[in-house]
Amino acid sequence: MAAQVVAREAPNRPMVPISYYLLLAAALFCMGMFGVMVRRNALVIFMCVELMLNAANLTFLAFARMHGDSVGHVSAFFVIAVAAAEAAIGLAIVIAVFRSRGSVLVEDIRTMKH
Amino acid sequence: MNIELILFGAFALLTLLSAGTVIFARSPINSAMALVSTFFFLAGLYVLLWAHTVAVLQVMVYAGAIMVLFLFVIMLLNLGESPSRGRPTLARIVGGAATLGLLAVLGIALSKLPGGPPPSLGVEGQATFGTMATMGQVVFTQWLLPFEAVSLLLLVAMVGAVVVAKSRI
Repeated sequence: MAAQVVAREAPNRPMVPISYYLLLAAALFCMGMFGVMVRRNALVIFMCVELMLNAANLTFLAFARMHGDSVGHVSAFFVIAVAAAEAAIGLAIVIAVFRSRGSVLVEDIRTMKH
Repeated sequence: MNIELILFGAFALLTLLSAGTVIFARSPINSAMALVSTFFFLAGLYVLLWAHTVAVLQVMVYAGAIMVLFLFVIMLLNLGESPSRGRPTLARIVGGAATLGLLAVLGIALSKLPGGPPPSLGVEGQATFGTMATMGQVVFTQWLLPFEAVSLLLLVAMVGAVVVAKSRI
């Protein structure tokens, strides 16, 4: 046990900077946002929203690691729970819309526009 | 080069590749499958950030439950490949450009953050940080009300999903 701890605490162990994780999260968020902007299929738009939520989670966890604070983990846990609720409701709405319009393309759903 | 940097690079690259596949795949099934692999690679990144519990939750809730829901809906609606990309409207062009602008702004802002590796957790921190026990202690002492609110939210979402998706009640 003691030998393990010593090995893990090797001096000057180079580690990945937190800013790399934050940059990755920013890239992931922007990819999700790009998908929401350009895709037409409502299901794929939901998947892109999930990507954005995951980018937010990655940011929470990166800052939690930076400050050594577990509250970031709890926030990520709440985000996961909210994402589950959002997916359930969103997909139910997609099914309801498909049933009444026969399409999941967002450009076909414009009753409220006129 | 150490193993942590190699793992980070591999997971980051694979995450971005899978996310790109989610966006650009023609068929929704391919998008969903790419989303599963994105979630798995992100779970790997979470482990690198010393968040084992959240990584396990990620795989169980996202890659398990949410993805099954997505695939089930795709099967239920019998969606094939999208017929065409559709014409690029002004809103889509402006939206894509705005996303690139946001990425540039975020990149500039984040590159000004102090670099360098995060502070070491210490021997005791490595044993406790990110474990279920530590998270549970925080949830049930400081965040009990939000935790209960989340359970209520899930109940409402469950009832709401049944009410919305059912054709006749």
